[in-house]
Amino acid sequence: MGKGSRAHFAQPVSSSDLLSVPVVDGAPIGLYKSQTDAASSKPAAAAVSSSASESLAADDELGGFVRRGNEELEHCIEKTPLHVLITTYLSYFILIVTGHIRDFFGFRLNPEAFAHLRNKNCYAPLNSGFDTFYHRRLYVRIRDVFNRPITNVPGRTLTLLERDSKDYNKTFTLTGTTRKVLNLSSYNYLGFAQNEGPCADAVEAAIKKYGVQSGASRFDQGTLDLHLEAENLVARFMGKEAAMIVSMGFATNSTTIPSLVSKGSLIISDELNHSSLVFGARVSGAAIRVFKHNDMKDLEQVLRDAIAQGQPRTHRPWKKILVVVEGLYSMEGNICNLPGIVALRNKYKFYLYLDEAHSVGAMGPNGRGICDYYGIDPSNVDILMGTFTKSFGAAGGYLAANKDIIDHMRFTSHSNIYAESITPPILQQIITSMRIIMGEEHGNDGRRRIQQLARNSKYFCSELKRMGFIVYGSDSPVVPLLLCHPAKIPAFSREMLKRNIAVVVVGYPATPIITSRVRFCISAAHDMGDIEYALQQISEVGDMLMLKVSEENGEHLKKGNVEKKKIH
Amino acid sequence: MVVAVNTTFTLAYDVYSNVPGAAVVYKYIRDSHQNDPVRTLLELVFVVVMAWYFFNNKPKAKDEVKLTEKEIQDLCDEWEPEELVPRMTEFQNSDLENMAVIAGAAGTKCKLADGKERLNFASNNFIGVMNSESIKDKAIGALHKYGVGSCGPPGFYGTLDVHMELEQAIARFLGVESSIIYSQGFSTVSSVIPAFSKRSDILVVDDACGMAILKGVELSRSIVKFYRHNDMKDLENVLKKINESTKKKPLTRRFIITEGVFQAHGDMCNLPVIMALKEQYKYRLILEDSLGFGCVGQTGRGTPEHFGIAPADVDIYCATMANSLSSSGGFCAGRKEIVEHQRLSGLAYTFSASLPAILAVSALEALKILEANPNLSVECQQNAMAMREILLKAGIPQIRVADGYQTTPIIHIRLTSRLSTREEEELVLQEVVDQCIRDGVIVSRAKYVEGQELHLPVASVKLMASAGHTRRDSEKAAGIVRDAFRKVLKAHRLA
Repeated sequence: MGKGSRAHFAQPVSSSDLLSVPVVDGAPIGLYKSQTDAASSKPAAAAVSSSASESLAADDELGGFVRRGNEELEHCIEKTPLHVLITTYLSYFILIVTGHIRDFFGFRLNPEAFAHLRNKNCYAPLNSGFDTFYHRRLYVRIRDVFNRPITNVPGRTLTLLERDSKDYNKTFTLTGTTRKVLNLSSYNYLGFAQNEGPCADAVEAAIKKYGVQSGASRFDQGTLDLHLEAENLVARFMGKEAAMIVSMGFATNSTTIPSLVSKGSLIISDELNHSSLVFGARVSGAAIRVFKHNDMKDLEQVLRDAIAQGQPRTHRPWKKILVVVEGLYSMEGNICNLPGIVALRNKYKFYLYLDEAHSVGAMGPNGRGICDYYGIDPSNVDILMGTFTKSFGAAGGYLAANKDIIDHMRFTSHSNIYAESITPPILQQIITSMRIIMGEEHGNDGRRRIQQLARNSKYFCSELKRMGFIVYGSDSPVVPLLLCHPAKIPAFSREMLKRNIAVVVVGYPATPIITSRVRFCISAAHDMGDIEYALQQISEVGDMLMLKVSEENGEHLKKGNVEKKKIH
Repeated sequence: MVVAVNTTFTLAYDVYSNVPGAAVVYKYIRDSHQNDPVRTLLELVFVVVMAWYFFNNKPKAKDEVKLTEKEIQDLCDEWEPEELVPRMTEFQNSDLENMAVIAGAAGTKCKLADGKERLNFASNNFIGVMNSESIKDKAIGALHKYGVGSCGPPGFYGTLDVHMELEQAIARFLGVESSIIYSQGFSTVSSVIPAFSKRSDILVVDDACGMAILKGVELSRSIVKFYRHNDMKDLENVLKKINESTKKKPLTRRFIITEGVFQAHGDMCNLPVIMALKEQYKYRLILEDSLGFGCVGQTGRGTPEHFGIAPADVDIYCATMANSLSSSGGFCAGRKEIVEHQRLSGLAYTFSASLPAILAVSALEALKILEANPNLSVECQQNAMAMREILLKAGIPQIRVADGYQTTPIIHIRLTSRLSTREEEELVLQEVVDQCIRDGVIVSRAKYVEGQELHLPVASVKLMASAGHTRRDSEKAAGIVRDAFRKVLKAHRLA
């Protein structure tokens, strides 16, 4: 893997520098006192946390950033054991059969309740097919674990608004009570979701000075000086000539890809790319081919095939080929094989579009995303895209590229021409948080956050693996843990909530049908006490739901009963 | 090979012995085949056919040319892609360089880089509440409670209490059952359309609809028919034709899609006729009312109110919150069933972070102001009328105000005789804009993504009326625009 020049970074930092900065270890606040038993009160927790950090320091000399080889990257998704696979299919089979039986009798015995699924007065029903079946018979049953409303800031903790359903999750009513829970769900990687502190102060000043809105789209005289300032900063941060900011992360992809490619061009997309990339690719009018997730051999095959065969039927050569990948896959927790892709880019002359929605800020010793993580010069990627929703605690997204590309986008991106421009408070949050990450404001705060995040996620992930869970990915703050069985989706979420932890569970259609999972998002706002507490509770729930089925980490499991005890 | 077969058998045996009841099934199969060779044969053939079908089912490109590795390598080496983006034209470059940048807050009056205060007629600040003190106060309050970003999509702990409050407030305001908040106005309708309309459904769309609708339509993969802009006869013809051609086919979902106030022309759709046709032909209506919501109708309840139609009768009503509500994001309002469906199927809702609390609270405050001061909508309309009056009576035959006397807040001024190229027209209009800015009024030239619009609208200078301006300021601004046109046209010897 090539080490690109780092000249674009104002203060070059190598990964190993990070260790020299001491991590401020905040004392765990008594959030979970009611749940934990007396044994795990402060002294014990402190003991665990100190041993944890020792073991951390011993096994990673890079402050949490261990770069992996390409081969390893491709294989870090573990296969599900056969018996789990079979029972999972069986579960779905039972669910679907039960659903159909209920439908069969429901349609006949209670026709009114199903009226909205029939043709009525010559109107076709609004929803039909598997969608509605899935929604009624699978989703609604476990709806209480999704769309949980919150109040206050989604930082280290969440304040849930408790709700109640009297009709089996068809409708919910708020009970009026709230509940504070540990937050393992928000994309608050660097802990910038704060309602006080330097960012909030700056945003308050910005609201006083600029108000809440700039009044029109960027090109309809809706450009503020603040927009230009933020765009210059983003360009500098990403190591590119220019940048453009869009008011919504999703729209950054969905409205910009059409300005790069159109009919006669080809988009080659990773099969697990985010919905917004698929949206953008589809409305662009370009042809779309898909390659296997993070599989360089398959990508090369698709490329060779596409270039050699040219466009379908006419066999004319493609005008251009755009390879679209994500930096950090939010459902898999794994990192794209950028060195491999860059090597292919040099060989096959395609253009590379890298979506760093999750990785910017959260990855790399300087928080500058995947290029920084691998030490690859950003000039090897044509278009760097990312969002501010996650690590920066703001909203919206950016595109960073050479000046001519950005200039062209300003005239052709739907968001720049038609959509509202990004608002001043959000811009200020971006500016301040980015300056902190860059170390231009508030000294070591940014570095401390990056380091804390790296440590937290590394430790969390390796501990889960050690316990014998099937965990996808590594090194990243997104840690998916396989649940597989549909019944375990709500069970896991509800059990964790009982233990005052908010987690995100995902199933079909966001994941393949057999690999339902829980996705933990680790944050720099968590301290070691939080992580320890979470691990302990996950382990308990994991035992209860028989989730420790990993075959790769099975050896630990066999000889590790002692180790397991240590955590309890 | 032997090892592989062996492991397979072992594995099969393991599975067999581990699955409870397998022995019974095995016995049953053995017994039922015992004296029935024909059946065994038949089933074997069946299995073979299935396997053959399964392995041959990979779609192969019919016209694929067989090439040798070397040929492929040569082709790969030879291939030279086009530049990722075309070169910028001189006009585009100057456009970028001369882009007006607002220094400080935008409002009914604002300062540009030179520090001089000007009247702002370019903002979509229809009811004049943009950046008002009360909104700022609420925003700061929200900042100190919620922080800035919501750090998650609505499904995963991104639904805030203020989102639910705003959704209820909008639904109450419009008198509909429910509403749903998206985090960008533009992405709202382009996400709503494909949430409902799928392959083989039918969309009938006004051909002056803007890019947001076009992209939603494209994404839905439905059957799309366009009717001529605001031509109700053509609409009826299209509906009739569809009826004839689908008589024998199973019933599918059908939608009429139109904008309430057209962003490209500033006119309103003929809603009463559309409502009647939709009832008659059993269509549902998707109404995009971003330029109507808040500033059209007696109390700002949009295009439906203007025509005396209850917004609840429009099946799917979408609008942005970046215009009248002076915030950001968009909403879709309708029956509960329609709204709830989007919480799982609205792509830009499900897969995007939710609207920051600051912006939700700002929109809520703006809505409260509008509810408390229903006359704001009428004031905006009166200002728009006053400006149109001046421009229409300007006595310059070379310009026309798109669609004459209307009460909508968006006014397009176009050249009557087309120049040889679009760029030439744009240049003249840009000069008018620059002249207006020099004279103290900020206006803008309407901009489109050329090449992607269905029918690229004729170039125009765009003025936005606002209740935040006094009648005198509005008239003054219209006068300045008129004079700027005179001056520029004269300089170009067009007058």
